[in-house]
Amino acid sequence: MREILIYERTGNFAGNKDIARDIRLNEILPYIEKEDIIVLNFNRVESATQSFIHALISDVIRTYGATVLEKLLFKDCDSKIQKVISIVSEYMQEPS
Amino acid sequence: MKIFLPNSVWIGNIDPFLEAMDMSNQNSLMISSHKKWVSVHPVVLTMVAALGLKMLQNQKKIFFEKMQATSKHYFERIGLFKLLKLDSEMQIKEHESSGRFIPIQVIKTPEQLDTFVSDMIPLLHMEKEKVEPIKYVITELVRNVLEHARSEIGAVVCAQFYPKSNTIRIGVSDVGIGIKESISQSYTPKSDAAAIILALTPGITGTTRKIGGTSENAGAGLFFIKSLAKVNRDFFMLYSGNAMYKLLREPKDKKIKLLEDPLKDHCSFEEKYPHWQGTVVGIDLCLTEHADFDELLDSIDKFYRQKRKEKIKSLFKKPRFI
Repeated sequence: MREILIYERTGNFAGNKDIARDIRLNEILPYIEKEDIIVLNFNRVESATQSFIHALISDVIRTYGATVLEKLLFKDCDSKIQKVISIVSEYMQEPS
Repeated sequence: MKIFLPNSVWIGNIDPFLEAMDMSNQNSLMISSHKKWVSVHPVVLTMVAALGLKMLQNQKKIFFEKMQATSKHYFERIGLFKLLKLDSEMQIKEHESSGRFIPIQVIKTPEQLDTFVSDMIPLLHMEKEKVEPIKYVITELVRNVLEHARSEIGAVVCAQFYPKSNTIRIGVSDVGIGIKESISQSYTPKSDAAAIILALTPGITGTTRKIGGTSENAGAGLFFIKSLAKVNRDFFMLYSGNAMYKLLREPKDKKIKLLEDPLKDHCSFEEKYPHWQGTVVGIDLCLTEHADFDELLDSIDKFYRQKRKEKIKSLFKKPRFI
């Protein structure tokens, strides 16, 4: 299992997409096939923008399909962050 | 170019101000103002500042007619003269700006945006829940400018809190390529108006036509911000090229439903304004109404679920019995 502490990268407001992209490219994608579980830990993060969450997970969902959400887990999310993650997951699974 | 700052401009009555702008002579900028009292939305300040910065960048002249209005000190304190390197001839004692306004700022990099967002929080002296949508709106709007606008001067931001109505008014302007050119990388809008409608439609981004957008752009940012204004029955405006879309306040008794087509919202939309090379966004956020940012997210989630359901339904083929 691999755990990524979002707060350490963003502080309490996750709004910088460059950081999200960096986490995705260097800490999620290279490990998605190697690890059984990847946990994105949002402990102490108070809010996140849709752009941040999109840059963090959309390409992972697109590349590996929605089943990747079985191994990509979101820990200690504030209810609003949970909702933003749900929205991004929702539109990424929209049929073409 | 000539701009006249009238007695009072807010999003609801901004149309005559825009129509009166004279953008013909790009070699100089003349700014004059109402003689007695000038009260303008921060979006107007960002527009004036953006045009002025563009003139400075191109080594063109700015003439700012000496202000006579009793409210002239506000323009000094909000940083307009300093930013445009003009002598206001005003000597004022600077007050601490906490809880009232965020002076006009120029943001050119994501790092500057991060610093700005964390620095502005103490300026507002508000509870976490109230600051949240403000941080959200400014981050998303400025990020749009940095990524898509190619604005030489960056993004110009300003905000003002009005305690009486408990409302914060925010403006973000740039003098970049504008929405039409930006969105034309993936779509072919025939006019500024068509481009604005595309930009406000969820799932449409200038970077791709793929469902879900690219790895970094979903085409949802402006839809989220417009929705924030709609859910809270506030004003929102988007002006680029010759067109302006203005979300009007929803009547209090009307149930709010988020819609995919921005023209189906309670809005005004015209393509008759002087050409603004770049993009201007203004929004009002009533902080009393904003107690629940959750409500917005629920509405957006519901919207996307419904959209997905409709899409699946449209793809479903019934057997044809002949």
